[in-house]
Amino acid sequence: MPLNRKDLLGIADLSVEEINLILDTADTFRDVNARQIKKVPTLRGKTIINLFFEASTRTRTSFEIAGKRLSADTINISASTSSVVKGETLIDTALNLQAMAPDAIVIRHGSSGAPHQIAKLVKAAVINAGDGAHEHPTQALLDALTIRYHKGRIAGLKVAIIGDVLHSRVARSNAHLLSKLGAHIALAGPRTLLPFGLETLILSTEGSVTFAENIEEAITDADVVMMLRIQMERQSGGFFPSLREYSIYYGLNRRRLALAKPDAIVLHPGPINRGVEIDSDVADGVSSLILEQVENGVAVRMAILYLLAGGE
Amino acid sequence: MEFTEKAVVMTAGDVNRVLARMASQIVENNPDLSGVLLVGIRRRGVPLAERLAAKIKEMDGVAVATGALDITLYRDDLTTVADRPVINKTELPANITGKTIILVDDVLYTGRTIRAAMDELIDFGRPRRVQLCVLVDRGWRELPIQADYVGKNVTTTEAEIIKVMLPEYDEMEQVLLVEQK
Repeated sequence: MPLNRKDLLGIADLSVEEINLILDTADTFRDVNARQIKKVPTLRGKTIINLFFEASTRTRTSFEIAGKRLSADTINISASTSSVVKGETLIDTALNLQAMAPDAIVIRHGSSGAPHQIAKLVKAAVINAGDGAHEHPTQALLDALTIRYHKGRIAGLKVAIIGDVLHSRVARSNAHLLSKLGAHIALAGPRTLLPFGLETLILSTEGSVTFAENIEEAITDADVVMMLRIQMERQSGGFFPSLREYSIYYGLNRRRLALAKPDAIVLHPGPINRGVEIDSDVADGVSSLILEQVENGVAVRMAILYLLAGGE
Repeated sequence: MEFTEKAVVMTAGDVNRVLARMASQIVENNPDLSGVLLVGIRRRGVPLAERLAAKIKEMDGVAVATGALDITLYRDDLTTVADRPVINKTELPANITGKTIILVDDVLYTGRTIRAAMDELIDFGRPRRVQLCVLVDRGWRELPIQADYVGKNVTTTEAEIIKVMLPEYDEMEQVLLVEQK
C-alpha cells in the first residue's frame, strides 16, 4: 500500500495502514543509519527546504541529515535570517520558495494551521515539523517507532503523557497516533495545563485517551512514561506558581517511576529541563530512551521524505 | 494483471538440476569457498541463494555464507514510478571487503537491477570480486552486464515475461513464459 498523499500535515487524518507503512519504512532506514556509509542515492536531484519560524535544534538537524542521507539537496531557512524580518507574509514567502521548485518544504511555525495553508499554495510536498499547539507528526512517529522497537507492539500498552499537555503539539500528535494503534493513554499534569475535552477529538476505536486524577495514577502500571517539556516560552498566563513547585508535584523522579511497570520506558521529546519535569538520574537512567528517540527521528524523517518527495 | 501462459520454460525438476549444476560451477571457479558470499537479490534471488548454499554444503561440506540485498533505494527509475515501492531489509555480514560476492537473481533482463545491486554493495565495502548467477537469462540488456553462471538462456520478445515461481512465494515451483493479456 503506498502513501497516497501530497503532504504530511498531521496524524489525525492518517489511517492505521499509512502509519504502519511509515513505521515499517523507517525501520529499514534504521539499518541504513547503522551502515558505515549512511548515504543512499534515492533522492538525488531533489531539493528540500527547511523553513523554520521557531527555534529548533533536533528537528531541523534531523530533517537536514535525513535529506542529506537520501542524497537530496537541503536548504535551511530560519525566520530570523529571512525576509520575514522585512515584513514578508507567510504566503508570499511560500510562493517565492515555490518559484524555485523545491520537491519538499518542511515547515515549523508558531501558528496552528500554517503548514496547511502553505500546502494549498505550493506543488511541493509540505511536511509539518510542528505548528503551534496543533500537531508535530514526525515526533509522534519517532516515538511510536521507539516504543514499537522496545515493546514489540503498541496495541494494549498503557502510555502516561505528563506535563504541559495544553501547549503540547507532541501530546496531541501522540494521542492521535498511539490511540489509533490501540494504546491506552493517561494524561496528567497541573489542571491549568490540561485541555479537558481533548479526548473528544480522538477518533479511535482501538485505544483510548483519558485524564488521570494525578501523576501517580497516570504512571501506575504504565508501559511507557512520556514527559513533556515545560514550554517556558509559552508560560505567560501563570499556569503554576513556580518551577520548584512544578518539579515537586509533577516532575518525574525515581520514586514516581517505580510505580510504572518494572520494564517501563521513559520518553521525552527534548529539549529536557533537568530538575524540572524530569530528574537527571531518570533522564540518564537505564529506562530512558531520550537519545534513541533522536536517533529514530532521522530514520522516520528519511521514511517520510522517501514516501512523499520520491516521485515526480 | 492477467497473463496468457505460452510455455513452461523449466519444471521444478529442471530448476533443481540447474541449481545443482551452477553450484558445482561455483565450487569449480572459487577454490577458496571460505571467502565466498552468496547474496540474493530480493525477492526471489534470496531463496535461490540459500538453495545454492545448501547444494554446495551437500557437495563440498562447506557452509557458504549468504546475504540478502534490497536494491529499492538504488533504483534508477524511482523518480518516474508513480508509487513509492516498499523497501525491504538488506542483510549483509558486517564486512564484505575482500570477499568474493556472488550476486544471485532469478531473471537477468535489462541489467538495471544488477547495476543497482553493485552500487549498493560498494557502499558496504570493497569486495575482492563480484560474480553474477541467474536462473534465467532472457536477453534485452540495456547495460553492459553479463552473468558468470546462467541456468538457462531463453529467447524472448520484449512483450513477454519470464515468471519464476518458487515455493517460498508461490503455490508451486516452475518457470513460465507468459504474455500480458
